[in-house]
Formats: sequence, structure tokens, C-alpha cells
Amino acid sequence: MNYLYFLYIEFLAKHNIPKIFGDITFYVIPACIIFVALILVILVLVLFERKLLGWFTQRKGPNRVGFWGVLQTLADAFKLLCKENITPIGADRAVFNLAPIIMFLPVLIALGLIPFSSEFTFMNFQTNVLIYVILATFPVLSILLAGWASNNKYSLIGGVRNVAQILAYELPISFTVLSVIVLASSMNLTQITLAQSNQYGVLGWYWFPCIIGFGLMLICTLAELNRCPFDLPEAESELIAGYNTEYSGMRFALFYLSEYGMLFANSLFISVLFLGGYLSPFGKYLSPILFSGPVGNILIYFEQAFWLFAKSFLIIFIFIWVRATLPRLASFDLLKFSWNILLPLSIVNLLLMSLLKFFVGGVYA
Amino acid sequence: MNIIITSIDYILNRARANSLWPLTFATSCCGIEMMQTVASDNDIARFGSEIFRGSPRQADLLICAGTITHKMAPALLRLYEQMPEPKYVIAMGACTCGGGMFAETSYSVVKGIDKIIPVDIYLPMCPPKPESLIDAIRKLQDDIKKESILKRKDFLDAHCSRLTEYKGMLVEEDFVVTKLGVK
Ligand code: SF4
Repeated sequence: MNYLYFLYIEFLAKHNIPKIFGDITFYVIPACIIFVALILVILVLVLFERKLLGWFTQRKGPNRVGFWGVLQTLADAFKLLCKENITPIGADRAVFNLAPIIMFLPVLIALGLIPFSSEFTFMNFQTNVLIYVILATFPVLSILLAGWASNNKYSLIGGVRNVAQILAYELPISFTVLSVIVLASSMNLTQITLAQSNQYGVLGWYWFPCIIGFGLMLICTLAELNRCPFDLPEAESELIAGYNTEYSGMRFALFYLSEYGMLFANSLFISVLFLGGYLSPFGKYLSPILFSGPVGNILIYFEQAFWLFAKSFLIIFIFIWVRATLPRLASFDLLKFSWNILLPLSIVNLLLMSLLKFFVGGVYA
Repeated sequence: MNIIITSIDYILNRARANSLWPLTFATSCCGIEMMQTVASDNDIARFGSEIFRGSPRQADLLICAGTITHKMAPALLRLYEQMPEPKYVIAMGACTCGGGMFAETSYSVVKGIDKIIPVDIYLPMCPPKPESLIDAIRKLQDDIKKESILKRKDFLDAHCSRLTEYKGMLVEEDFVVTKLGVK
């Protein structure tokens, strides 16, 4: 961030704009970039998922709106925007309206913690990882509120199920993240990324030594995002639409958006922890080779962001693949699966990683 | 002024027409054909309507697939009233259009769901093929594309349910259809 900051201030000084203006706007601009990028990415993601689900089941997927169906999600967004908003008579008005908004906030904050390139991390705290892990559990609060305020039995069951699910799956996630922290000896996402750059290239990334943790993380994130096969809070065949049964129009769209936003943020988080974040899989960055001079040096940042996005989309692809393949678990099996299998496994994984760090420390230090 | 209205109409109608999310509502044999419409060969997702919502609050389109008995009628009415505006109905199958093969002899079947709720598209046949359901959806899309926000009032008048409560022959006296949440 420092390097960009100096560039920006220098640029302003050239045009005789006072420094105070730069100090203020320097933090506003990335926030706007993140917000706009998030909305765009979500629009793309929804289409990506619908297309892929179509292909997995030998269908074509949406292909009528715009060229190749690219405007499909835009049509959905407009429609939801102009739909009637219903607040049920028995519902708790204030909480009912507040819940979707609360759901969207942690997504925005969580995205600010991710290092998109070596110079662009909006909030670069020393304990990024911890803050992220806490933020990732925040949606459960608004889901519980939504379920409670709707005054509907299906919503309430959905909300309560989600709490049980998060409680069960947050522990394995914490232990897995802890094992990565042990490997990298840092709680900062940028430093975790840098710790993965060594002479082994792709094998030096933490998915290789910590393969158990990588698998655990994928499974638990699925559960945390309420996606198939762990989509019990909104199990359609049992609970109509779970916690958002009573929501219509824009409020439902907010739930929908934040679910996909959280999916994106979590896949970014996994790719930072296990797939080397913004590092290039070829060992060195391509843009200085392709473009000589200062252009190449600037393009490095975009290339880093590109690699991070590519990795996160790979993970999202795996999630969609799982969704198209597996049926839903029963509620009790879900909890048993976590407490009996995942939690012990994650503790064993933490132990293994500590031993690895202790004996072979030099390699993955 | 007209330019603004027509351009708003253009965008809105196209958005609405291309994202008709149906309600999961299949009461008998026609439902099987509806499922087939979602499956691989006749992919309804091409028109953006593969998202079947379980909750009427998020649905735009009620594909009434199957016989509606007097006992089912209050449930149909309630589901229709729970759907937020704008909402559309396709009456799928001869049963829902006018009783079908139950029209003459049956004591228990509602002879045409348009006695209970307004219907946009009638799709007779017993059962309609998936192709014809897709055709019905296309026709509905064409209708939606002709709407205008100036004629919103007429639209709403045409789309309110025909009855406020339904007491058929087999319905118990205390089964009242409430107007939950809809003003
Ligand atoms: S129209 Fe025919 S196929 Fe459809 S529900 Fe009636 S009897 Fe069954």
C-alpha cells in the first residue's frame, strides 16, 4: 500500500492538489473499487454457477438474454428490484428489515482484508487471519435474526439449524487455519502468501504439505456457506426456503447477493491460505517479460490480482461441481460428521503441521 | 416523456419476461411433464426460469400443473395471494383449464381454476408435452413484453384473485383462507 500511496501523492502534487485531499481519498478509492468489483463478480458468479450446473446436468443453461445469456443475472436483479416487498403481519418489522443488511456488511469488510496484490490490501492488520475467521461467522447472526423475526416455523428451524451447523464446523476451520499459521509463523495474510514463495513453485504452496487441511477447509467452508450438500438451513424439500421463506423482492436479493459474496470471499481466503494467494504458478511473473519498462512493473499488480482471481474461481468451480454431484445430508449426520470425523482430523492435522514445522522447518519456513 | 416511459418499460419488461421463477406447485400427473421440462432435453433454463422456488414469496409464475380439487382450492388461493406482484399464472393441463376429463362426472374437481384465480395462459391437453409448456412460457413472455407501467392499475385489477375465501363441498367450515401479509 505504501508504494501506491507515494505514487498517488506524487501524482496529486504534480497537479497542485493539496496532500490532505490525497490522504482522504486514498482510502475511499479502494473501498469503492472493492464494492463495485464485488457487485460485478457476484453478477458473474451467479451466471457461472447456473451455466455450470446446466452443463453438469447436460443442459444448456440460460442463453436467451444478451449474447450467450450473459445478461441473465442482470435481468434477475432488475426483476427482484421491482418486485413487491412484503412484510408479514406477524413479523418483527425492524429486525425483519435489518437482517438482510446486516448480512451484507461482513462480506464487504472481509474482502478488505484479502491481499489482492502485493501492494493492494485495504486493511493490512497484523492479525488479518483472525479477523477474517471471526467475520466469516457473522452471517449466522443475521440468518438467526431473519429466522426469528419472520414469525414462520420454517424460517425459525432454518435459522436454528444454521447456528448448530456453524458451531460444529467453525472449530475444524479454526484448527486448520491454525495449522497454516503455524507453518507460516504469521497471522498476516500477506506474510502467509509470501511464506509460500520458495524454490518448489506450486509444490511449495501449503496445499501440498497440508493436504489434509486443504480438504478439511474445502468441506467446512461448504458447510459454512450453507451450500450443497450442507444446505440444511434452506433445504428446499424440507423447509420451503429455510430462513428466507418470508423474504421477497430486494431483501431476498440481498440475502442472495451476500451468500454469493461470502462464497467469493471464502474462496479468496482459501486460495490465499493454501494456493499461494497472488503468487504466479510459474515461479515468476509474466508481465515484466511480455512488457518491458515501467508498464510491465505496473502490470505486475494486475497480474497478481488475476492469479488470485483465477485460483478462487478454481475453488468455486469445485464447490459447484460438488453441488451438482452430491445429495443433501440429514441434519443429524451433518453434526455427527463434523464432531466425530472432521474435528479429530483437524487436530491431528495441526499436530502433524507442528511436527513438520519443527523438524523440516527450513523448507517451509 | 414518452421516451422515458417506453425505455423504462423496455428494460423492466425484458427483465421480468426473462426471469420468471416458477413456484414448485404440481398437484398431479401434469407435474411429471413439468419436471421433464426442467430436465435435459427440454431445458427450461434457457429462458431463465429454472429456479423453482419453494416459497411463494420469491416466485413470479404459478404453473398450476395438475387437477385442483375442492380440497386443494383454498391452498391454491392462499399460495396465489402470498405471491408478490407482479405474478402470472399458467393453467397447465385440461383439468385446470376447465375440468378436463373430470368435467362431466366428478364431484370433487374444480372446473377451471379461473373460477378461483386469474389465468394468463391456458394450456390445454392431457397432459401437455414439455414443448407446449415451453411454448406457453414463450407466449407469456411475449405478453409481458407488451406491458406498460401506465397500465399498471388495469394489470393489478386483472390480477387479483377472484374469491376471497373458498368453501367447497369438502372443505370444513373452519378452514378459512387468510390474507396473510397481502394488503
Ligand atoms: S390434464 Fe390430464 S395429465 Fe394433466 S393433471 Fe389433468 S388428468 Fe392429469
